[in-house]
Amino acid sequence: MNLTPSQTVGPFFSHALPWPDGPHVVAPGTPGSFWLRGRVLDGAGEPVPDALVESWQAGPDGRFAEAARPGVFRGFGRCGTDADGRWAILTVRPGSVPDQQDRPQAPHIDLAVFARGLLDRVVTRVYLPEEADANAADLVLASVEPARRDTLVAVRTGDGYHFDITLQGDRETVFFSV
Amino acid sequence: MIIGYRRDDGGTHPPLDSPGYRSTALRHPKRPLVPLPHGPTEVSAPLLGDGLVAPGDADLTRQHAGEPIGERIIVHGRLLDGDGRPVPDALIEVWQANSAGRYPHSADRHPAPLDPNFTGVGRCLTGADGGYRFVTVKPGAYPWRNHDNAWRPAHIHFSLFGRAFVQRLVTQMYFPGDPLFAQDPIFNAVPEAARPRLVSGFDLTETVPEWALAYRFDIVLRGRDATPMEEP
Repeated sequence: MNLTPSQTVGPFFSHALPWPDGPHVVAPGTPGSFWLRGRVLDGAGEPVPDALVESWQAGPDGRFAEAARPGVFRGFGRCGTDADGRWAILTVRPGSVPDQQDRPQAPHIDLAVFARGLLDRVVTRVYLPEEADANAADLVLASVEPARRDTLVAVRTGDGYHFDITLQGDRETVFFSV
Repeated sequence: MIIGYRRDDGGTHPPLDSPGYRSTALRHPKRPLVPLPHGPTEVSAPLLGDGLVAPGDADLTRQHAGEPIGERIIVHGRLLDGDGRPVPDALIEVWQANSAGRYPHSADRHPAPLDPNFTGVGRCLTGADGGYRFVTVKPGAYPWRNHDNAWRPAHIHFSLFGRAFVQRLVTQMYFPGDPLFAQDPIFNAVPEAARPRLVSGFDLTETVPEWALAYRFDIVLRGRDATPMEEP
């Protein structure tokens, strides 16, 4: 069948898509939970104040949530950016999951970004800096030119990690076709 | 063995670099996208709904004390995958301007009236046959500053979840015969052959006599690869 084309999310979704607990991949207070925070930046280095960031990941046991229940592991996060382009999700470390050939992958969180000016979402992945050995062996990271791999690795901060999404420019984040 | 999803052949989605739509200029990645194999993260997705959809969320005309001004319409259709299979129990979110072409959003400066009886946000879960149905009012066209005398054709935004991260889709539904299509760079960024898929059809059979007209909009998400990848 003919697939339905994508269109931009536009500038006027902030009263429709964000939920009060949308950023909570896990309930507040969950042991091991941390904040994954970042900014969305455009090709001029300016913040993108009207983007929507969505996340999807395995739980610490490498399993995926079958049904999303508020207050339990939802696996999914959603956060609109603020006037400074900032977003944040509360989550836990993902476990390792295999690839299509059953080889281990480094723990990762998939992110999708929607915004005015993006006619289709863009997709990237967050890897964690403590997983140096797993990251070095990860075939997806290996498929990225070495000088750009660090755009996919979050930076450790006081309450979790920081991960900027740069849509365009010298420090452009690696985006994937899925 | 993980069965991935068929990739777009380039004939469906608009290119991220679409100069006619000015906001793409500083927001489209310039580096080539890196192909991501479909692993467990990419072929799974949240089954959203619990706590997110309340009874009545699919009727945008009954969310306030009074009824909104405008032409009452029914918007319905089915959510399918590329193999024609229904996608049941899936979250659909919609949002739209009011009948005067205005969103209740601080950044919307169009000098058209807000409607105290219309927020323009709806949610529902698809039924066993992938079907969905909203009651709303027909949104108005509105001006924007993309080019001289630019107007967006009337549209309803749709957000859709399938069963896989790679099936996620956000799109816009348009109305048949809109004279504004020809000058809209967002609609026309889509490959020409695929544009009609964004246009709903007038559906007399679902019209409720003496109450509301109806439009049908079926949505097709990606289908699975026919054959699993084999270890060489």
